[in-house]
Amino acid sequence: MADIFERVKKIIVDRLDVEEEKITMEASFKDDLGADSLDIVELVMELEDEFDMEIDDEDAEKISTVGDAVEYIKSHQ
Amino acid sequence: MDQLLSGKNILIMGVANKRSIAWAIAKSLHSAGARLIFTYQGERFEKNLRELTKELSDSILYQCDITKDEEITSLFTSLKEEIGILHGVVHSIAHAKVEELQGRYLDTSRDGYLMAQEISAYSLVAVARGAEALMSEGGSIVTLTYLGGERVVKNYNVMGVAKAALESSVQYLANDLGPKNIRVNAISAGPIRTLSAKGVKDFNSILHEIEEKSPLRRTTDAEEVGDTTLFLMSSLSRGITGEVIHVDSGYHILGMV
Repeated sequence: MADIFERVKKIIVDRLDVEEEKITMEASFKDDLGADSLDIVELVMELEDEFDMEIDDEDAEKISTVGDAVEYIKSHQ
Repeated sequence: MDQLLSGKNILIMGVANKRSIAWAIAKSLHSAGARLIFTYQGERFEKNLRELTKELSDSILYQCDITKDEEITSLFTSLKEEIGILHGVVHSIAHAKVEELQGRYLDTSRDGYLMAQEISAYSLVAVARGAEALMSEGGSIVTLTYLGGERVVKNYNVMGVAKAALESSVQYLANDLGPKNIRVNAISAGPIRTLSAKGVKDFNSILHEIEEKSPLRRTTDAEEVGDTTLFLMSSLSRGITGEVIHVDSGYHILGMV
C-alpha cells in the first residue's frame, strides 16, 4: 500500500509540478493539486503504464482523490 | 553515406506529449537525417515539446494556433527567414468536443461540428497553402486519418466526418499541388494509445478488438506510423500522391470474420 502510494506520488509530482507534501491520500486531483481534465487523462495513462493495468472510463471518472487512485490500483492488481 | 532525408527541412505540427503519433514520426524523420521544425499550441504543450526536443539537434519551435490565419502566416514568414526552403509538412492535428465522441452522431451540435471540421480538416488546407510558397524544390505533405472517416466506428462520430473531409482534401490538394511536385498523402493509422485517442469513449475496448481480429493480431505502434511517414517524406515514394495508406495491422480489409 505504502509502495503504491509512493509510486503514485512520484507520477503526480512529475506530471503536475506540485510539491510532494501537498500529495496526501485525501488530496483531490482537481481541487487540491490543480489538475485539469487533460492532466487527469495523462495521469490515468501514466498510472496504467506504471502498474501495467487498464483503467476503464467509468472507473477513471470515479477517481477524484489520490486515495481513490491508490485504492483502485490495490484492488485491481 | 547520405541518409534518406539529409538536407531536408520538415515541419511537424501536433506533438502534444511523448505518446503523440507526431513525436514518433519526428523520431523516425530525425533518424533519417531530417532537420525538424515543430509547432505547438499553448504553454502546456510548449513545455512538453521543449523537454522532448532536448535530445534532437538543431530543431526549431514555433507557437501556432491553426485556427488563426495570422499565426499561420507568421509561422511561414518566420520559416522563410529562418530556413528558406521547406521539403515536408507533417500535419497531425485534430480536435472535437469530448462529449461528442460518444453516443449518437445525430446529436452533434453546430458549433461542435464546425470546430471539428476547422481544426481537423480545414487546417490542412491552410497549412498546405502556406507551405506551397516555401516548397520550391517540391515537397511532401502527410496528414493523419482514421478508419472512422471511411466507415462507421462507434463513438468516433463527428471526428469521423471531419476525417472524411480531410481525406477528400488530400485528393484535391494533391491535384492542385502536383504540378509543383508537391505530394499530399494521408496515413490511416490503427488506434494508438495517445492523449487524443483517450478522449474517445471506451478506447481500451477498441484496442482489444484490433488485437483479436486484425490480420497481424496486434495493435499499431506509433513507430510504425513514423516509419511509413519517413517513406512518404522520402524519394522512395516519389510516384505516390493523393493516397491514403493504412498502417493498421490490416484491420481495414476486414468484413465479417
